[in-house]
Amino acid sequence: MKKLSVLLLFVAVLLVSAFTVIAPSGYKIGDTATDFKLKSVDGKMYSMSDYKSAKGFIVVFTCNHCPFAKKYEDRINDLAKKYKSKGYVLLAINPNDPSVQPDDSYELMQKRAKEKGFAFPYLFDEGQKIFPQYGATKTPHVFLLDKNRVVKYIGAIDDNVDSATEVKEKYLENAIAALESGKTPSPEVTKAIGCSIKTKN
Amino acid sequence: MKYYVLAVAAFLFSVQIQAQKVAVFDSYTAFEKAVLGDKNTTYVVNFWATWCAPCVKELPHFEQLNSENKKLKVVLVSLDFKTQYETVLLPFLKNEQIQSEVVLLTDKDYNSWLPAVDKDWSGSIPATLILKNGKKFFVEKMFSDYNELDQYVNSIIN
Repeated sequence: MKKLSVLLLFVAVLLVSAFTVIAPSGYKIGDTATDFKLKSVDGKMYSMSDYKSAKGFIVVFTCNHCPFAKKYEDRINDLAKKYKSKGYVLLAINPNDPSVQPDDSYELMQKRAKEKGFAFPYLFDEGQKIFPQYGATKTPHVFLLDKNRVVKYIGAIDDNVDSATEVKEKYLENAIAALESGKTPSPEVTKAIGCSIKTKN
Repeated sequence: MKYYVLAVAAFLFSVQIQAQKVAVFDSYTAFEKAVLGDKNTTYVVNFWATWCAPCVKELPHFEQLNSENKKLKVVLVSLDFKTQYETVLLPFLKNEQIQSEVVLLTDKDYNSWLPAVDKDWSGSIPATLILKNGKKFFVEKMFSDYNELDQYVNSIIN
């Protein structure tokens, strides 16, 4: 009996360490992103697999409270409308824990979506299972996926948070254009300031 | 009348002393050169903003570090919006009676300067850079109490 429990303990330790090692630290370019099933502000569940004819997916981690995310709200909405007609689906995900940041509750997401007339599903990462797999660290944080959910671009929407009219490089739109013409986006990864994703620990 | 003028002058003088001076840089390179240029100084550079709740929460720990540890210099780099310099940032610094050096960095070309701070910085704040003898140590996290910050800093500078 004692032997058995020692053996079980050993197996448990082995399993834990195995999972620690393989814990994903977020996607890199070329990785295949996980699909999800998350609730939008309309009460319905959304998955990428729902969009059979999509040419690609723009997954934007964003939220209500973050001033950086707010500055991009209208731009995200415009992108959703513009690329819908071209066959790309924009899905926004709020990754924050509302018990840490009350402004990012599901109810306030619904309110914000209504106020701003969001033309895209605004999903709630309930239980915060999805954002760590993507490796999102902040809002806004964009992942462009092709139709097979292969990651093609990670980073910022453009290079000017303050003013949409003073943007010099539209990183995300350029990346979509590259995808359209079968080229590799350049740059494939960009860095930008954002609000850290709010978790209990 | 004379006393009145003197009193006004004294008042203005005292206000000047109290007011936190904040240099504004629209280029990271210029900031680095002007503020972090002394090779003999150990700098603890904290990237923060008034709109970032966890940043504001950990700010007192950096203030304490600045006053207690004379072997280093704390620089608080605000990433607040330029338009909120006078309306938000300066009143915040006054209210919180911030004593460490504060600069406002408004370089929006993040994709250029973030990797210059650290190649792995995703861009979330708070984040802290320590500069010692030309070496960089970077961490993208919040320090939950003073001890944690103090231990981390000491593990690097000692």
